[in-house]
Amino acid sequence: MFKRFLASREAILLGAVLILLALVAIRFPAFIAPANLANVFNDTSPLIILALGQMIVILTKCIDLSIAANLALCGMVVAILNVAHPDLPVIVTLVVATGLGTILGAINGLLVWKLTIPPIVVTLGTMTIYRGTIFLISNGKWVNSHEMSAPFKAFSRQILLGLPVLSWIALAVVATFAVLLTRTTLGRAFYAVGGNPHAAVYAGLNVGRTQFLAFAIAGALAGLTGYLWVSRYAVAYVDIAGGFELDVIAACVIGGIAISGGIGSVGGLVLGALFLGVIKNALPVVNISPFWQLAISGAAIVIAVAFNARSSRTKGRIILKSAEVAA
Amino acid sequence: MTVTDRHIPDRLQSPLQRRLRSWETLLLAVAVAIFTFNAFASPYFLNAWNLSDATFNFTEKAMIAFAMALLIIAGEIDLSVAAIIALASTAMGAAAQFGAPTLLLVLIGLAVGLACGAFNAVLVTVMGLPSIVVTIGTMSLFRGISYIVLGDTAYGGYPKGFKVFGQGYVWWVFSWELVIFVALALAFGVLLHLTNFGRAVYAIGNNATGALFSGIRVQRVKFILFLLTGLMSGVASVCLTSRLGSTRPSIGLGMELEVVTMVVLGGVNILGGSGTIPGVVIAAVVMGLVTFGLGLLNVPGIVMSIVIGLLLIGVIALPRLWAMWRR
Amino acid sequence: MSPLPKAAPLPPVLALDGVTKVFPGVRALSEVSLALYPGTVTALVGENGAGKSTVVKILTGIYQPDGGAIRVDGQPATFPTAQAAADAGITAIHQETVLFDELSVAENIYLGHAPRGRFGLIDTAAMHRKAAEILHSIEADIDPATPLRDLGIASKHLVAIARALSIDARVVIMDEPTAALSHKEITELYDLVDKLKQQGKAVLFISHKFDEIFRIADRYTVFRDGQFVGDGAIADVTQSQLVQMMVGRSVDHIFPARAKAPGAEVLRVVGYDHPTEFADIGFSLRRGEILGFYGLIGAGRSEFMQALFGITRPSKGAIRIDDKVRVIRSPADAVANGIVYVPEDRGKQGAITALPIFQNVTLPSLGKTSRSGFLRLAEEFKLARDYTARLDLRAASLDQPVGNLSGGNQQKVVIAKWLATQPKVIILDEPTKGIDIGSKAAVHEFMAELAAQGLAVIMVSSEIPEVLGMSDRVIVMREGRIVAEVSGDQMTPETLVRHAAGIGED
Repeated sequence: MFKRFLASREAILLGAVLILLALVAIRFPAFIAPANLANVFNDTSPLIILALGQMIVILTKCIDLSIAANLALCGMVVAILNVAHPDLPVIVTLVVATGLGTILGAINGLLVWKLTIPPIVVTLGTMTIYRGTIFLISNGKWVNSHEMSAPFKAFSRQILLGLPVLSWIALAVVATFAVLLTRTTLGRAFYAVGGNPHAAVYAGLNVGRTQFLAFAIAGALAGLTGYLWVSRYAVAYVDIAGGFELDVIAACVIGGIAISGGIGSVGGLVLGALFLGVIKNALPVVNISPFWQLAISGAAIVIAVAFNARSSRTKGRIILKSAEVAA
Repeated sequence: MTVTDRHIPDRLQSPLQRRLRSWETLLLAVAVAIFTFNAFASPYFLNAWNLSDATFNFTEKAMIAFAMALLIIAGEIDLSVAAIIALASTAMGAAAQFGAPTLLLVLIGLAVGLACGAFNAVLVTVMGLPSIVVTIGTMSLFRGISYIVLGDTAYGGYPKGFKVFGQGYVWWVFSWELVIFVALALAFGVLLHLTNFGRAVYAIGNNATGALFSGIRVQRVKFILFLLTGLMSGVASVCLTSRLGSTRPSIGLGMELEVVTMVVLGGVNILGGSGTIPGVVIAAVVMGLVTFGLGLLNVPGIVMSIVIGLLLIGVIALPRLWAMWRR
Repeated sequence: MSPLPKAAPLPPVLALDGVTKVFPGVRALSEVSLALYPGTVTALVGENGAGKSTVVKILTGIYQPDGGAIRVDGQPATFPTAQAAADAGITAIHQETVLFDELSVAENIYLGHAPRGRFGLIDTAAMHRKAAEILHSIEADIDPATPLRDLGIASKHLVAIARALSIDARVVIMDEPTAALSHKEITELYDLVDKLKQQGKAVLFISHKFDEIFRIADRYTVFRDGQFVGDGAIADVTQSQLVQMMVGRSVDHIFPARAKAPGAEVLRVVGYDHPTEFADIGFSLRRGEILGFYGLIGAGRSEFMQALFGITRPSKGAIRIDDKVRVIRSPADAVANGIVYVPEDRGKQGAITALPIFQNVTLPSLGKTSRSGFLRLAEEFKLARDYTARLDLRAASLDQPVGNLSGGNQQKVVIAKWLATQPKVIILDEPTKGIDIGSKAAVHEFMAELAAQGLAVIMVSSEIPEVLGMSDRVIVMREGRIVAEVSGDQMTPETLVRHAAGIGED
């Protein structure tokens, strides 16, 4: 069992993250102080939550490019709602953000399921539509910190048992997904539908419906993150989380989620997101311009894809008896 | 067998008949409608110079869209095109700081485009990686390099002669960009529709395995298509840089999505196998007219992106909805 | 329906009553009937293309019938989804393994009906325990926690069987279950079928192999070209009667007579090796000769042919064409050297079904029809017309997509495509699989004609009558190696089967 783990994608990723931390720590030991690591995790939390949503979509052989636009739209809606009704309890805000996100995700899912439009086209379109809608409802104006109510801003930053709420939510989502993907019929269906759609039909699974559910769940997470994002940074405008969908996909790819569907684990994904998070937070510490970040994550994607492909390359059918023994 | 001298006709439908019922005809009608609407909606529309200005809305994107159309028809995609523009522009800007003459600048721009295309081509065709993830990676990588070089600064100081590509006119209202656009439209139209190479592109996109089993050198064709896409991104970079007169690392940000939208709107199947260059040309004009028309009506740019997004989903969804409704 | 024989005292649990299924261009099933009785093994017998797989797909809810009725316990039933069929107690072990590489063995067995524990979550421990029990009961030594991708093909098949058994089924369908199994595993499967019978389950057993059918089946039903031919008790029928019903005519008459006068050697293969697929393949081929390749499914014949055609690369070995050493790195190289390949999988590998007929035909010959890289449509139509006419293609126009044609006509387009390149060697992989009898005869006649014109033909086939009826010589492969080369009087069904199955060598 342990041997199998050592050879796995997760172990290699964990090694990469640890080496990265060690390299930074050699020159700046303070970076690996528990408090700072908690900071890094909190900073990476939105990425982790969103990437989990993207992960199940990719597992079912789809992709959601609208995930960041969904986040931004839900964030803006709750920000405007808060300005209009400052006394609204946070729980209502959470429900509105998550509910709206679910609807936006479900729209993607319905177009993919019922009209069988390729997911990349659907979400390319909804990405610009959702982003444009933010402009329409906000008239292009910013919602600034002073306009938001104190509880609205405080929620994601409240410290609970030493960690901010944002971090706790990320941990809760990770735990939920670990159970969802390994211990529920729906979770296994995500793998089955993406891994072998043909066989999934034989097993009595509805491929389109499973994809729809993946989009809806990803949308719910994007909506939830939308509020957390606006709460944490205490500002909402048209371009928040602009291009964040690429970071999310990068986290998935680095985390070993196969873009062809059906392959990947929650552990790998979290490590993939943390890898990007550590780089982002370490760059200023080691005195490298933050402008390096984009190129580094790009290079990491290319290397990760090449690596994943190499380890999963098929070597043809095993017909010879001698080959079967060796395999 | 009773009938041995059975004769099978070459065609049942003349190519003209088929063309009249095609996507391109519908799109052309849309273009004419928008043109007419604009002409009535704004008194400034029917002016040669205004119309000439409007062409800049689509010429650079369309140059890339032609190559991208071939790539998508062949079943691949390149999302790094806008990043190639940035990298090529950065290289030209750097050379301009050393006083490089116009001709050398152009050669540098094209060479960087070609090199980036070759990099994608090697990753996809030689290493066998999925193009959508690879080019998401190289998109970050190429633009990331621009950010490393430029940070939050910009290159300016291009030689006077360099201005001609984005700002010069060949004759009367006909700009250099428009002429390059027309020339490239013709070249790519001929390449796709009238040559063996174009036939191979269609065969690969419909069934890459079948094409391979028919003796087509599938990987070589794809390699060339990535090179062409890179080269066209270089050409677009020369035009855009010349038009703006300066280079920031954010140059052309998000343009890859507009290019893909243009290609899909032009009737190219995002899953590969079908589509035409005339379709892409008309789609480019439609997008240009919509942008220009809404601009005249003082509608902000981001709202236009909603229209484009709706257009993208609508043109694919409506025929399918229609078919479902009729059943 | 035929009257119930003595052997089946109980009413059928599952029956097809005049069921019809139509696909574009093909009538796959035409008012067929089939009855399955509890505690009884019914063999469904028929040639390739008889409609057996379509029946399986209708019974498991993958296809919906276009006419007729499905009856469960005499009551009309519909199976709109695979789940509905499973709920009715029908389970199938499919010909192609429809499993999931990324899931564990236990998850593959229990996908969709896993045991639940607290909060409705999958009870992993119980699932592994129950999976282990089922695997143990079929004497499969597989750890339920293993990812499926780590298993070999025979083990995967056992997992598929375990999956079928995990559903508490009343009807078990086995679609060619022994194709990928070894001799020992086949014996174990027979025991398993006996066990199912004793449990009162109705078993539908689909197989090509007559020894198998007579060993385990109680009843038979014969289909031919999508039509019901007859049924009854196995005890009341002989092997030759069954063959007669299946083929519908005497076997010797359908193959064209051929003058046997092969010419000079055109191809020689020496020591072709592949790391996992085949080893030490060597033979020679002469002009005007038809060389048959026989073996069980998965014997490595197609894999070797694809290496010869440049799709995959051998790790070792050499070929000589017209006595000159040639290296083939890609199909394009193979075509340039005069070797062409008509693959078994027409829809995926043979034709580009969305493109028109003429474009399919000229695809490898564009160099000839074009001028300096530019297409010349008139030349293309001329070439396509010439070669499709020679094959007696039936189509509305040459501009019609190949996908709209029937299987036999699609095959003609693929063959026309290769003949237009004027090859030296043509490899036909299962050339008549899944095509109607009429087209079959046409393809056979045409093969004979090609050989008579001096083309060297390699024919891979799993149908013994076809192999014996067409070939001058037969090479038998088993487990990736050549085990025999037979010709003349040695070419009997018994010899081929014995070599292919490895009987009498262990």
